[in-house]
Amino acid sequence: MHNEAILPAGTRAGSPPPRGTVIAAENLTKRYGDVVAVDGISFTVPAGESFGLLGPNGAGKSTTMKMIGGVTGRTSGSLNIMGLDPDSSGPEVRAHLGVVPQQDNLDEELRVRDNLIVYGRYFGLPMSYLRPKADELLEFAQLTDKAKSKVDALSGGMKRRLTIARSLINEPHILLLDEPTTGLDPQARHVLWDRLFRLKEQGVTLILTTHYMDEAEQLCDRLIVVDKGRIMAEGSPARLIREHSTREVVELRFGSERNATIGAELDGIGERLEVLPDRVLIYADDGEGALEQVASRGLRPLTSLVRRSSLEDVFLRLTGRSLVD
Amino acid sequence: MTEQGLPGLPSPPALRAHGPAVAAAKARCWGAFYFAEQVLRVMKNYGWSILMYSVGQPVAYLFAMGVGLATLVDGQGAAAFGGVSYLTFIAPALLVSAAVMTAANEFTFPVMAGFKWRRTYFGPHASPLTPAQIAAGHIMAVTLRLLLQSAVYFAAVALFGAAPSGGAWAGILVATLAGLAFGLPLMAYSASITEDKGQFALVMRLIVMPLFLFSGTFFPLDTLPLAVRWIGWISPIWHGTELGRVASYGYQEPPLLTLVHVAVLAALAVAGWVLTRRRFAARLGQ
Repeated sequence: MHNEAILPAGTRAGSPPPRGTVIAAENLTKRYGDVVAVDGISFTVPAGESFGLLGPNGAGKSTTMKMIGGVTGRTSGSLNIMGLDPDSSGPEVRAHLGVVPQQDNLDEELRVRDNLIVYGRYFGLPMSYLRPKADELLEFAQLTDKAKSKVDALSGGMKRRLTIARSLINEPHILLLDEPTTGLDPQARHVLWDRLFRLKEQGVTLILTTHYMDEAEQLCDRLIVVDKGRIMAEGSPARLIREHSTREVVELRFGSERNATIGAELDGIGERLEVLPDRVLIYADDGEGALEQVASRGLRPLTSLVRRSSLEDVFLRLTGRSLVD
Repeated sequence: MTEQGLPGLPSPPALRAHGPAVAAAKARCWGAFYFAEQVLRVMKNYGWSILMYSVGQPVAYLFAMGVGLATLVDGQGAAAFGGVSYLTFIAPALLVSAAVMTAANEFTFPVMAGFKWRRTYFGPHASPLTPAQIAAGHIMAVTLRLLLQSAVYFAAVALFGAAPSGGAWAGILVATLAGLAFGLPLMAYSASITEDKGQFALVMRLIVMPLFLFSGTFFPLDTLPLAVRWIGWISPIWHGTELGRVASYGYQEPPLLTLVHVAVLAALAVAGWVLTRRRFAARLGQ
């Protein structure tokens, strides 16, 4: 059973991370046969930060999360979690973490409250702690009246909240959330965001992957955009928007037939122009000004909209608009 | 495990979990037991059907064979069965077969559920538990079930007066060992299946059933033609049954053969466990 040797902190991953850094990855690489899932990424996460990994499907987000979570080994590079190397000190690393996986893996044959208690047992926690703690967490997850229900009977949002409650049973300082709100309705997402924000206020370091840009803007202090296993950009949401997009975006619709040919006529307005099948986007710092220029050239779009640039603009710019399967 | 404050002292401190280092140390030491606890909790949900199965099956079989079939067979003279009644002859075989069948169930569908259907192995794998401990916990819980079930079965056999020897109770251990000898290699196989194409139904029909019929269960193995006798030689049910007969009524066989039975069963169980650990580590660590 003791197949993973206990090594002192940092013996394999080089020097221990600087004070206050909870996760340090350098040149982290993971290959599955010929497929490179994660291709030499480096980042550090200070304690208490809310750190996001953004990227299209297959970008390597989940693989990175699994390596941080100490459940899958790396091919090369170094990784340090709380001064420990997950490859050699798996149980020690995992004891620091709370994990919310992409796919719920609750024990559907156990009742809601028992799911929390059984999970706490894996950390060797005594029943005298687990019984009151389970009740406290059910309260936090707004599931108190479901304590004795079967997991089957819960809605998707409730299951997600229960999974988050389960991840908190050991009072982790680092919480890994892999697409925590995928598949939830807006109400359930907002409840979850509120719970996650409270944890952040308590000083819990959040590491999350998402492909909802609004979620990233809401929750992340800093994020990396990952594509094809590499980091495309890094920074706070505001900084990424500043660096990779303009302050505002003008969205014009001329009808799908004219959109394609209108590009030449709009040339020179704003900083950048993007022609899509259904609309034309003008990236400009002054959206209203750009719209006036459009009108002054005698062009009459069917609809027009001036909005602030969002993380979604940055994301699409960096990772492209083509579909990823 | 209580952490209550002593009377007269201030109320206990706020609820705090022990630190990660303590959690990891405890998990390294006791992790397999923690997972066994989970498996047993799930089994408890089926407690009634497990109990009914454990009691009902032996009673039904012992009645049918011992009261029904035996009236015909015993008329032929007891010499064919080593000088004991037919019921005494088949009781160790039934005990072993029941354990093997339970093992065949517990080490197939729940393993598939853990990896695929319910993904219940992945939750604990994100905790300090290791894949080897998750496998070991599952095995320990099933071993406990095999022991209890075999004890109930043995009690029924004893009530039917079909366990004459003083050491007959050792049949409980033999049946459990036989269950593991068959079940653990099967568990390694279950852990390697990524898609359910009815393999488990085939295992039951093409492996478990023939072994049950041709392992010297209802008649001595040497009454079979050599062409099918080998089925018995490689069968954990035959090795378990013969061993059980030695314990139950002092069945005469060369002492070396008795050792071979123990060695074959133990070797199958150990090999199955080692392979299972490897499969669990490879699959969970993907």
